[in-house]
Amino acid sequence: MTAATPDKGMIARQFIEAIPHAAAMGMKLTDIGDGTAEIVMAYDPRLIGDPDTGVIHGGAVSALMDTCGGASVMAHPTAPAATATIGLRIDYMRAATPGQNITARATCHHITRSVAFVRATATDDDTDRPVATATGTFTVEQG
Amino acid sequence: MRRPPEPVQVVKQRRDAALNALVGGVPYIQFLGIRFDRRGDELTGLLPYDDKLIGNPMLPAIHGGVTAAFLEVTAIITLSWAWLWQDIESGALKLADLEAGKLPRLPKTIDFSTDYLRTGLPRDAYARARVTRSGRRYASVHAQAWQDNHDRPFAECSAHFLMPRNDG
Repeated sequence: MTAATPDKGMIARQFIEAIPHAAAMGMKLTDIGDGTAEIVMAYDPRLIGDPDTGVIHGGAVSALMDTCGGASVMAHPTAPAATATIGLRIDYMRAATPGQNITARATCHHITRSVAFVRATATDDDTDRPVATATGTFTVEQG
Repeated sequence: MRRPPEPVQVVKQRRDAALNALVGGVPYIQFLGIRFDRRGDELTGLLPYDDKLIGNPMLPAIHGGVTAAFLEVTAIITLSWAWLWQDIESGALKLADLEAGKLPRLPKTIDFSTDYLRTGLPRDAYARARVTRSGRRYASVHAQAWQDNHDRPFAECSAHFLMPRNDG
């Protein structure tokens, strides 16, 4: 270990940016806290699921939720060395408004030696009405 | 008098046009590079390996979100395909419309639950879905994805869909 500890936000940002698929989808980590993460996915025509309306595909929202959930686990104060998704359930409340960014916020609200429990929400510009919510379980890998 | 059976190429052209309309027109399916293999009415999703699908560069492993998306795409295409099948076969869906990518409204995902069973390896993946119930308003679909061994799936999902209303 080096004497100076780089701040967690920087580590987390690098962690996200080093994920090829997160980079390919244009995900940007915008906030990180103790067991919380916020990732923004810019509106991108390549991610459209319904060409008639321009609505983003549910699968792209899943990928965003999964990434954000994993980031919140990595940001937990117990500092897992790595994590992988065990299970992820997503409820789709409504279509995201075409042209607007989608923001996911995830909280790792409980963690054991082996399992991390996560809740996440995805919103567009209308933050009062979530596009989707998710609950997930993730592995906890000790360093 | 019984009508003679349609020539096989006419049947195939109409079925393939319908599948192309379902899959080819969706940018996100193209972005992930997902294709579908058709044998009669049975569909198999194919996700050819690509570096941009990686979620963990250290292992390396396919991104969990890609796996979920692959299962979701396979589930919704398989459900839509089963739902459209009668109209494809009867000719109620016109070939010219299908070739122009014109389709009726399709089912929408209500909820979606993925189980990650094994690490997704950096190679091609396959998936099939089974519509366990298709009602007037709701449908339940189960899907499974595998790589080298069909008996060792690396992920599965169950999902609910809202069916399009049949009132126009």
